[in-house]
Amino acid sequence: MSDGPVIAMTAIEKSYVTGEVLFHALRGVDLTIHHGEFVAIGGPSGSGKSTLMNLLGCLDRPSKGRYLLAGHDVSDLDADARAFARNRLIGFVFQGFNLLARTSALENVELPLAYRGTPSRERRRRAAQALARVGLGDKLNNTPAQLSGGQQQRVAIARALVTEPRILLADEPTGNLDTATTEEVLELLQNLHREQGLTIIMVTHEADVAACAHRAVTVRDGKIVRDDKLPSPRQAGALREVG
Amino acid sequence: MWLMALRLAVLSLSRNKLRAGLTVLGILIGVAAVVAMTALGEGARGTIEGQLGALGVNLLWVWPGSNTSSGARGEVGSAAALNEDDAQAIARELGTIQATAPILGASAQVVVGSRNVATRAVGSTTDYVRVRSWGLQRGRYFTEADVRTAAKVCLLGETVRQALFGRADPVGETVRIGRVPCTVIGLLAVKGQGSFGQDYDDTVLMPITTLRARIRRASGRDVDQIMVSARDAAVMQRAQQQVIALMRQRHRIGAGEENDFIVRNLQDIQSTFEKTRSTLSTLLLSIAFIALLVGGIGVMNIMLVSVTERTREIGIRLAVGAQARDILAQFLVEAVVLSGVGGVTGLALGVGAGYGLGKAMDWAVRFSPTAAVVALGTSSGIGVVFGYFPARRAAQLDPITALRHE
Ligand SMILES: Nc1ncnc2c1ncn2[C@@H]1O[C@H](COP(=O)(O)OP(=O)(O)O)[C@@H](O)[C@H]1O
Ligand SMILES: [Mg+2]
Repeated sequence: MSDGPVIAMTAIEKSYVTGEVLFHALRGVDLTIHHGEFVAIGGPSGSGKSTLMNLLGCLDRPSKGRYLLAGHDVSDLDADARAFARNRLIGFVFQGFNLLARTSALENVELPLAYRGTPSRERRRRAAQALARVGLGDKLNNTPAQLSGGQQQRVAIARALVTEPRILLADEPTGNLDTATTEEVLELLQNLHREQGLTIIMVTHEADVAACAHRAVTVRDGKIVRDDKLPSPRQAGALREVG
Repeated sequence: MWLMALRLAVLSLSRNKLRAGLTVLGILIGVAAVVAMTALGEGARGTIEGQLGALGVNLLWVWPGSNTSSGARGEVGSAAALNEDDAQAIARELGTIQATAPILGASAQVVVGSRNVATRAVGSTTDYVRVRSWGLQRGRYFTEADVRTAAKVCLLGETVRQALFGRADPVGETVRIGRVPCTVIGLLAVKGQGSFGQDYDDTVLMPITTLRARIRRASGRDVDQIMVSARDAAVMQRAQQQVIALMRQRHRIGAGEENDFIVRNLQDIQSTFEKTRSTLSTLLLSIAFIALLVGGIGVMNIMLVSVTERTREIGIRLAVGAQARDILAQFLVEAVVLSGVGGVTGLALGVGAGYGLGKAMDWAVRFSPTAAVVALGTSSGIGVVFGYFPARRAAQLDPITALRHE
């Protein structure tokens, strides 16, 4: 497509009505992200990080502002159009993995392709490939209950990648993981970024997780208050020897 | 999309077999009731039509009495009985009539040696065989002379023969009917079962005179009823009117006065029966309908529970790109499969029950493919109707809300 930014948000606002009160979760966010960037979004709890991610991932619709995703205006799409955009352009990784229970890793990864109408053999091939890419080529038939937290999150990453999305969005992907597995997942993300030029946006409130990205955006009270280039990102996995 | 939905439905239901089983009970019972009921109903109608046809569509019955059974009319003595002369007059004077048979009946104990059987003795004239077109297995009918002399002869129906003689030939043997020893001169052909479950073959036939004088110990010429056969079905209407006119004349019933006899044809009897039958079917069908309705509500209930339980799953599916219609299809198909399974099981159960009941009660059953199609269509339809609301609720979920659901 165009050589323009993958993401271009201008004056994005999001407000929630809770009871009688109108709550402004995002108050004018401008954010531009180019192809191949690895961005960490940080900020205190309740600052609006997840709200921003949900908008970025077309899971929700901004109350105001304009959002261009890969050149398409997605600010005002209806539910089905957003579902289509999610399926075609976005891979989403959640803090809580969000895998289908009692369903094999392979079938979990196949899911987005199933909603694209990909024939089942092709689906299976690509899902197996994606699982191999995240180092789970030997766990195709394991259900989430038969996998560790780190492995589950890798299945979720494989599911996000199987559609070959324009961006990978990860909302606190290591929030439910211990230090060792956190490093594992970060290493995987860094490899995907370095080797395949994947555009990654990752929410985290942990400094040493954010340090692995190449750019750190800080959100506070629904606004972007800092946006720094990180000239020398930390290499994930280095911590493993230390602690 | 539909194929995937079908696969998911089967998977989801097989994970909750007990719940699915309990849910479809209502539908299962409803469908089974419809199928079994229609099979028995159709079977009964088939039997009746067959037997009424076998009896001959051109039969009329004449009984003494009146349609209005108000006790006010008819002082004692004027409740004019029918007699043999009436029967003869109808046969003689009406061109539309082929033959008439005056009939007297009596309950009778028939004894041979140490064996005995309670049956119905029928006394009539030689014309009885023409009116009923009833053939013989063995032996002969009684003759005019037998009737004239009140001969102690009788013919056995197959059921009576089996009770008294087993498979042996009864012709020539002597049986005691009541206290009267009679020679068996013939064995009637097998007629089978009547429309109302009565066994035509459970009878002994003898000259009307014999029955009147020796069994009833009566005199005169009165009879219980007269059976009349018209020349053919086409003249039935006319024959019935003529019989009524002739009887009114013979019984001296003035204009405006009510008949002291009743004339009925098979169609009347059949339509009375049909009416009862259809009332019964309507009743049973409404019960079946209520069972189906309750079953449908059960499906809706369980689907709503299922949607709530699986909100997170729905969120995941939406997040990876499922469209509202994909989710709608998934849950709608699940509801249809659920109720369809109920329908198929109900169909099987209904066929089994119909067949078993028919066998146990000795009723005819006739399974119609239409009933099966209707039953399955109805149950699937219930799935669609009652599954739609829960499925739409699932499809309209917001992905973020659904994902947050615990
Ligand atoms: N659906 C919602 N309805 C009402 N308020 C919400 C909703 N989602 C988020 N919020 C509020 O918006 C603010 C930002 O939330 P969130 O984006 O989840 O923060 P975080 O930075 O911790 O991820 C919070 O105060 C939260 O209570
Ligand atoms: Mg959050």
